[in-house]
Amino acid sequence: MLKVHSVTRAFTGLVAVDNVSFEVAPNTIHALIGPNGAGKTTMFNMVSGLLAVSGGEIAFQGHDVTRAPPHVRAALGMGRTFQNLRVFSEMTVLENVLTGMHPRLGVAWPLAVLRAPRARVEEKEAVAKALALLDKVGIAEHAARPAADLAYGDQRRLEIARALASAPALLLLDEPAAGMNPTETAALGDLLQTLRAEGLTILLVEHDMGFVMRLSDSLTVLNFGKKIAEGGPDAIRTDPTVVEAYLGTKVARKLMEAGR
Amino acid sequence: MMEAFDDLLWSYQSLIYGLGTNAILGLSMYAVLQLGQLSLGQAAFMGIGAYTGTLLTLKLGLPFPLVLAGAAVVPAMAAALIGGPTLKLSGVHLAIATIGLGEVLRVAYINTEALGGALGLSGIPEKSSFWIIFGLLAVILVAFILASRSKIGRACEAIREDEDTARVMGIDVAAYKMTALVISAALAGLAGALNAHFSSFIGPNEFAFETAVSILSFAILGGVTTPFGPVLGAFVLTALPEVLRPLHDFRLVFNGLIIVLVVIFLPKGILGFRIRRTG
Repeated sequence: MLKVHSVTRAFTGLVAVDNVSFEVAPNTIHALIGPNGAGKTTMFNMVSGLLAVSGGEIAFQGHDVTRAPPHVRAALGMGRTFQNLRVFSEMTVLENVLTGMHPRLGVAWPLAVLRAPRARVEEKEAVAKALALLDKVGIAEHAARPAADLAYGDQRRLEIARALASAPALLLLDEPAAGMNPTETAALGDLLQTLRAEGLTILLVEHDMGFVMRLSDSLTVLNFGKKIAEGGPDAIRTDPTVVEAYLGTKVARKLMEAGR
Repeated sequence: MMEAFDDLLWSYQSLIYGLGTNAILGLSMYAVLQLGQLSLGQAAFMGIGAYTGTLLTLKLGLPFPLVLAGAAVVPAMAAALIGGPTLKLSGVHLAIATIGLGEVLRVAYINTEALGGALGLSGIPEKSSFWIIFGLLAVILVAFILASRSKIGRACEAIREDEDTARVMGIDVAAYKMTALVISAALAGLAGALNAHFSSFIGPNEFAFETAVSILSFAILGGVTTPFGPVLGAFVLTALPEVLRPLHDFRLVFNGLIIVLVVIFLPKGILGFRIRRTG
């Protein structure tokens, strides 16, 4: 599905991501974790195409997308959300989702402008699909409201619905549970499991370890821009380098000793 | 009825024609501003269109529809040419680069004998009519309204609100910006040629910085949330100096004052309502 090979990103005076490789298998939830400043969001921006790589390759569904602009990756089936809320705040909730559907609306622009019958049919189907997506994430009743009026958790759900609107094969979620209460987080977990069951592949950055460990099929751990571990949740949980990265050497040693 | 209309046209012809061409200029500003692009090249493109149209009429004697087509196509090609390097710029940088374009052209007109130099070109036959000007304005306005309610309008608003998110949503932002600039240049050029063919004269200083700012103020005053805003803004700012004629030299103060008040109290313009972007 997604192959990240030896990807590096250097900023002046800082290597934010250093020679990192990982693969996301189809139909799995893969998590990218690590302490703050580990390079997770930088990696996300390179995968979605907002940031150019300094070195390495990124392949998506068999295509080399290393140099492809974001809209090309979106058309190939990549959707993403952002860590800080990025809904189009002046648009209605429905219009946000319709905007996410942009790469799937194939009617030529003159027909769209002139509202040719084909364009009307496409628009009508798009609205029906968008409403179904809003229903799926549980905010259908807010469809006609300006997106800025939604509560925080609902704006996060709107972002997910908007990312799903392009019918992606791979969904990139940057800290989707940030700022959510436990009930909302649990509902989000259920939603992600449903999506995986429907065949979607998810790449996730998340700080809520309970959430990540419960959902993920596999994980890649970054620290200071380098990959320090990868594997299933059980292997990662007990990996000494990972524990050390999160808790520091001293606490880690104590924990390991206490565990014996 | 028709007779009374003809009398009115005759008495206030240049004002009424000016309302129409300025409204088209307002829409040319709208084309770029609705993507959040602050281009101040509208006066320059208007000038390219005016000179192109005038030469096509005076030197080649082409029929007026062909003249207008040429006056739209040439500035559009100029926009496509300068769009590559300038569209990577945004905000103030784009504004300054496009002001530069206007100044370069102004100096070029002054120093080109074939374009009449500093004296400009005069004796342009009157070919613009009420129906041509307002017919074109109506067609352009309707096209903008239809576009803004389609997926194109959604993509434009997405780009204005958050460019990176729009790109990730699969919108080809670079292509949208280029298309908007080209359309905006074509409209400005069209307005320039229409103007030239009722004022009978064009000169290099008509398409300089001051004109660029006037065109921007049409859009700012009316608002760019819908295509109606810039049209209304152009109408108000074109008619106002005539209405305020008794105030003599003070009328320009009112122009400025009204813009300042609108920016402070109605930051989205006089017509700040939002257009629905579904169906």
